[in-house]
Amino acid sequence: MTDAAPVIALRDATKRFGPVEVLHDVDLEVRAGEVLALIGENGAGKSTAMKCLAGYQPLTSGRILLDGKEVTFGSLHAGEEAGIVLIHQEFNLAEQLTVEQNIFLGRELRKGLFLDKARMRQLSRDYLDRVKCEVDPDRVVSSLSNSEKQMVEIAKALGRDARVLVMDEPTAVLTNTESRILFDQVRALKAAGTAIIFTSHKLSEVSEIADRVTVMRDGAVVHDGPVADMTEDAMATAMVGRDVSDLYPPKGRRPDDAPVMLKVEGLSVPRFAEDVSFELRRGEILGIAGLVGSGRTEAMEGLCGLRPASAARIEIDGAPVAIRRPADALSHGLCYLTEDRKLKGLLLEKGMRVNLTLQSLEKFGGLMVDRQAEEKALDAAIREFDIRGGQRESRVSNLSGGNQQKLLLAKVMQSEPRILVVDEPTRGIDIGTKQQIYTFLRRLADEGRAIIVISSEMQEVIGLSDRVLVMRRGRVAGMLEGEAITEDAIVRHAMGVGADSQGRAA
Amino acid sequence: MAAETADTVPARRRLPSMSVLGPIVALVVLVLVGAFLNPNFVSAANITNVLARSAFIGIIAVGMTFVITAGGLDLSVGSMAAFIAGLMILVMNWALPTLGIGIPIILLGMAVALVAGLLAGLLNGFLITTLGIEAFIVTLGSMGIYRSLVTWLADGGTLSLDFGLRTFYRPVYFGGILGISWPIIVFALVVILGEILMSRSRFGRHCAATGSNEHVAHYSNVDVNRTRLLTYAMLGVLVGVATIMYVPRLGSASASTGVLWELEAIAAVIIGGTVLKGGFGRVWGTVIGVLILSLIDNLLNLTDLVSPYLNGAIQGIIIILAVILQREAKAKG
Ligand SMILES: Nc1ncnc2c1ncn2[C@@H]1O[C@H](COP(=O)(O)OP(=O)(O)OP(=O)(O)O)[C@@H](O)[C@H]1O
Ligand SMILES: [Mg+2]
Repeated sequence: MTDAAPVIALRDATKRFGPVEVLHDVDLEVRAGEVLALIGENGAGKSTAMKCLAGYQPLTSGRILLDGKEVTFGSLHAGEEAGIVLIHQEFNLAEQLTVEQNIFLGRELRKGLFLDKARMRQLSRDYLDRVKCEVDPDRVVSSLSNSEKQMVEIAKALGRDARVLVMDEPTAVLTNTESRILFDQVRALKAAGTAIIFTSHKLSEVSEIADRVTVMRDGAVVHDGPVADMTEDAMATAMVGRDVSDLYPPKGRRPDDAPVMLKVEGLSVPRFAEDVSFELRRGEILGIAGLVGSGRTEAMEGLCGLRPASAARIEIDGAPVAIRRPADALSHGLCYLTEDRKLKGLLLEKGMRVNLTLQSLEKFGGLMVDRQAEEKALDAAIREFDIRGGQRESRVSNLSGGNQQKLLLAKVMQSEPRILVVDEPTRGIDIGTKQQIYTFLRRLADEGRAIIVISSEMQEVIGLSDRVLVMRRGRVAGMLEGEAITEDAIVRHAMGVGADSQGRAA
Repeated sequence: MAAETADTVPARRRLPSMSVLGPIVALVVLVLVGAFLNPNFVSAANITNVLARSAFIGIIAVGMTFVITAGGLDLSVGSMAAFIAGLMILVMNWALPTLGIGIPIILLGMAVALVAGLLAGLLNGFLITTLGIEAFIVTLGSMGIYRSLVTWLADGGTLSLDFGLRTFYRPVYFGGILGISWPIIVFALVVILGEILMSRSRFGRHCAATGSNEHVAHYSNVDVNRTRLLTYAMLGVLVGVATIMYVPRLGSASASTGVLWELEAIAAVIIGGTVLKGGFGRVWGTVIGVLILSLIDNLLNLTDLVSPYLNGAIQGIIIILAVILQREAKAKG
């Protein structure tokens, strides 16, 4: 297979944004029936390379070869016409349109003068079925969850009969089950001769599904070869340039009598969570696991005053508190980091400074905002969180996905939380930075704070948490501690089998 | 997302973008052309006249800048001004027998205008934020309500301030200090305060965040509803201030007072570079927008190059041009 000619290739590709060169002489290629994984640190230029390849952005110099012949994609559609379909890292769906309208956006089927609704309906259903996605084609996209949106994106791409399918971090927002479904589709496409390029920060996925891996670092390709020749550790080392095999810091040795910092009794969030109770001790990291839709996010948002909720009793440091608005939570040192950085986390059209300080503006002067203090805080945050590639004044949407996530974390830390709830904290983050974030969270805990980590990444929950609370259908399905924290136990609680014996044990 | 948004050189080293330069250049060109066509155009008397007339719309437009920046809109300001003017005149005429002509009755009138403006703004804001009705709908409704109320108060005709009172009140429009008339002074103060509030204060930052993405703002501990409510309240008060300056000019109010002010104010805000869908606003830009609009009006009246009846058409072209320029600037990042 490797001796076949590439379907599509980049040769000596260079891309500049203003004075900044983000791709240097990149060579990239993929053959029919081959799955190529493009990996690299945040900001390495993976998304940019993919966008150039698919005709979404013009190259500054270099060539795109389609079937060995040089092509230039003049318009956004030209790439798609040539059979190259790109699924963006950040969703590219029209939020106000329905699922079906999105699937056929720009190539609506017609019967005479009118839209052929029946046929579009049937095809939408077919595409969605192929990815086992049960959303109603009539639903408005803005009402979908992130993973549903991703599945719709994939369904949409399937409908385009791509010769080359380019997927930028497709699994970042998917659950394990959904990722499995996606990979089944990838295998089917591959067997049918489609060339596939994808990125992922989950290296186990790369080992599993890719045939070949191309590693980028700082805008250049540093390695290219068959996946079979590379262990995950070797990939990580090639990406980051150092050894990252110890991903998780040692767990805390918090004494059992550490004071309870947060006590929640009977927390209910209408439609999402019911009667959630737990305790959080100082110095501890509590993981919250559960399937997507199990109400983890909503329960914590309710706790932090971000959506209507009621509770029998909430105590912080032993004193009962009432939290109705985000401001109440913050004033008790309780802060929530959202899982949705694009829609709830960052003002994409604003710069880094404005985003960094938005949540804690009162810290930066009374009525007036002290710009200099803000600039200083930004300097410090860029250093501490290693935020790369941003020009200070340019919009945050120009940062790579992972660097946006780091900025979001820096923003939350500006309000100096004592109890921090982080929701999918490492989504889209490279493995080197992941390690830094885990270390950072553990250090926060060791310094006497308490942390709640919501995560759909099983390994993350297991590797990071001192205790794990599993939620199922809006209720607490079990609490695991120490040795009892295993993938198997979490899955059983999350799915609702064997909840009893272990659920009470903790 | 699809369009390429490449940022060029960091702000310090690069020329101010088209969206910054555009309105300023347009204003300068307008003044030069005006001076060339009619030397009177740049005379002190004419400039004072233009500025004083701009003051009403200008004061309102500053408030409108905040409303639009926070993602809202207020169509009711013109009728609100008319209604407040009518109310002021009624109250002052009514109090005349008891208070007599003097400072107290003027202060009473001013207080009525400010309080009425505040309440009207709060009402708009309440309906929009707490009840969650579209700003366009709410203010379209209140626009009709105030317009009809003032017509009703005036019984279809004109409400006139008592002649003696009018003479006493006149200096508020026609008088001033150091040759600068009061409306200009008040306008300048409002602009300076507004600019500081918008670009330096926490409130300004909250307005921009709310207009930019209200969910992000909410998750960032910005009280989105309060911020919006405050912008409408502030605009209401500023309409009151504008009315205080306006009543002594004619001493009357009728169904045709303040007609189309809302559109002029919104146009000025947009020409000045504030983004109509919210998220970014600048008060100094609004001032330039106001000046451009009133200079065009003034120029058409002074010269006979183009019929003054075409004023509206020219303003319309400028508004559309301004938005096109904004979009170009945005696409370039
Ligand atoms: N439109 C743009 N304007 C300016 N700089 C940009 C733009 N798009 C991307 N960049 C910069 O190019 C670099 C590469 O970004 P890219 O999004 O390709 O990274 P990535 O490898 O996909 O990272 P991640 O894993 O975080 O998604 C980054 O430094 C980013 O800040
Ligand atoms: Mg990327």
